[in-house]
Amino acid sequence: MGAVTLVEAVRLAALQEMRRDNRVWVLGEDVARGGLWGQYKGFLDEFGPERVVSTPISESTIMGAGLGAALVGTRPIIEMRIFDFVMCAMDELVNQIAKVRYMFGGQAKPAVVVRMPHGMWRNSAAQHSQMLEAWFAHLPGVVVVTPSNAADAAGLLVQAIRSDDPVLFFDPKDLWQAPGELADEIAPIPFGKARTVRTGDAATLVSWSAAMPLVEKAAETLAGEGIAVDVLDLRTIWPWDEDAVAASVKKTGRLLVVHEAVEVGGFGAEVVARIVDRAGPTNLKAAKRLGAPRIPIPFAPPLEAAVRVSAEKVVAAVKGML
Amino acid sequence: MAITDFSPVDRAGAFEASFPSPRKPHTHRRTSMTTSGDNLKRLLDLYRTMARIRAFEETALEAHKAGDIPGPLHVSIGQEAVAAGLCANLRPDDRLTSNHRGHGHAIGKGAEPARMMAELYGRASGYCRGKGGSMHIADFSVGMLGANGVVAGGIPIACGAAQGLKLLKSDAIAVCMFGDGATNRGPFMEGMNWAALYQLPVLFVCEDNGVAAFTAAESVTAGQGVVARAESCGVPGVTVDGNDVLAIEETARDLVASIRRGEGPRLLHARTYRLLGHTSTDPAAWRRAEDVEAARGREPLTRFAKLLQERGATEDALGAIRKQAMDEMVKAREGARAAPWPETAVAFDDVQDVGAVAWAR
Ligand SMILES: Cc1ncc(C[n+]2csc(CCOP(=O)(O)OP(=O)(O)O)c2C)c(N)n1
Repeated sequence: MGAVTLVEAVRLAALQEMRRDNRVWVLGEDVARGGLWGQYKGFLDEFGPERVVSTPISESTIMGAGLGAALVGTRPIIEMRIFDFVMCAMDELVNQIAKVRYMFGGQAKPAVVVRMPHGMWRNSAAQHSQMLEAWFAHLPGVVVVTPSNAADAAGLLVQAIRSDDPVLFFDPKDLWQAPGELADEIAPIPFGKARTVRTGDAATLVSWSAAMPLVEKAAETLAGEGIAVDVLDLRTIWPWDEDAVAASVKKTGRLLVVHEAVEVGGFGAEVVARIVDRAGPTNLKAAKRLGAPRIPIPFAPPLEAAVRVSAEKVVAAVKGML
Repeated sequence: MAITDFSPVDRAGAFEASFPSPRKPHTHRRTSMTTSGDNLKRLLDLYRTMARIRAFEETALEAHKAGDIPGPLHVSIGQEAVAAGLCANLRPDDRLTSNHRGHGHAIGKGAEPARMMAELYGRASGYCRGKGGSMHIADFSVGMLGANGVVAGGIPIACGAAQGLKLLKSDAIAVCMFGDGATNRGPFMEGMNWAALYQLPVLFVCEDNGVAAFTAAESVTAGQGVVARAESCGVPGVTVDGNDVLAIEETARDLVASIRRGEGPRLLHARTYRLLGHTSTDPAAWRRAEDVEAARGREPLTRFAKLLQERGATEDALGAIRKQAMDEMVKAREGARAAPWPETAVAFDDVQDVGAVAWAR
């Protein structure tokens, strides 16, 4: 296949899976027009309005109907348009989808994928920029997928659609146009396996989703100054690859977790806590998190930039640990 | 649409008088339990279902009072005719979503009382292996997709089940049970619009017992009521006396038939009365004693028994049905009490396939 953008990669992944399994269908606002982001472009023509269902602006029912349809044996992709709108469907997601299998003693597995494009994107302000993936790592019953590039996003989406677990799939919307490579046949990528981006002994940098490219940039800057770091892309935050991070930290002795989300109570805190616990506090020289301050995302470009983690901030944080 | 063919019969009378509401009186399918052509066996089956629901809940209440059943218990005593009359028209592959007051719906749909009772007791042999309790009973093998602890929670799920069934080209339908209280939540309006928009095979059943928890529904509900709300979205609705099992049974039969023919969603509004409190520990003392007393006079089992006797059933035969039902439930209770608790490891399974946390001893 060759070079594709991230949005094209996930489009092709969903297309491949809908061709493979006719129980897979998609519902959400504007999906018959290709979706807000073009991630379903051409689907209506190929699969028709019964499998590509443009819905009313009824998030509760988009989510809940996806669940009901899964309970009778179909495999819906539930499109939330923009992550922030899932707030209108929290009962259906948290109290229903995440609970039915457990609560009913294993009588049903809700095989749904909930797609929620998240993060800052072109100054969209406080209600269209949030990254709250940590909330869902806190929620038993779901898988939380947070890809950062085209190939991972496509492979993880294939895995998500084939999974019997409910999968919350966070498309990184700031990276839609990021270039990547894709094979003709998109193979599933297992959940909970980190990707090693580069290696070094000075520190371990862990990240996911939209913060990943700037962590890679920071690692390059550091390398130019003779500081080589391990960089791991978790790719999924639940389950997450604790073994890979622990192994790296055993080598480097220093851990920095970077995410675009607010630092307080972010998933970085969980990673740090687990790794400190596992390594033993005296075996670590430093274990830190870097995220956004605990404020809503502001609109004006200079304000938004001030909130955002950046490669410079990552470089400074690493140097502060050495 | 077929629904508008229903002959408008003014039902204003003793039953209506207990609902001093500004709602317009809706049209009704039947005048009373006088439909001809019913054979006695079918009627006795309906009576048996009602008696089994009543006996199950009376037994559960007793067990709860004795401290055997933990957690909250919402019983539907006085509302049995709705579940019995409705479910008589459903097939096992029809799917039903229920609410927090769902024991009757589950029994009507064909769930086994012994496994239900074991679930109320939190035992390993319960439907959910002790992980659900009264508010989460499900039996997917008979199309019972689960009770629900969230008011209106089942509405979007039923819409989706109907949509999925349509996608799979099945002729099964979805049925969605909810109370009057649910009609004030957003998913109700979303669901009506959705079901009508996609012409889904779903029957909405509003079991209107006039109260939501401790509040009279009319005191918190504006407008012309649930049928008017549904019809404003294009879902035809019909109101029936929910304490008249034959009215329910016959109306549901017509509605189910038209839904199965592909004519789109329908709503059945059943006006009934919750004889007891919201939960087993609620005396509902705020209600006027004379209203409750009057409601007892319209209680569906006694009412139906009278009709059955007019149709030739003997009091002995009816007594035998009630006794058989009670024996079944007493046995279910004994079985539940004797059943083992689930192993602690059970708390750790059926969370998810990937990313599950292991039970460490
Ligand atoms: C979303 C939500 N809000 C509140 C509650 C608490 N609650 C449980 S049952 C109930 C009353 C429901 O009334 P209705 O739907 O009419 O059913 P009924 O209890 O009368 O059978 C309330 C408020 C809940 N379970 N879910």
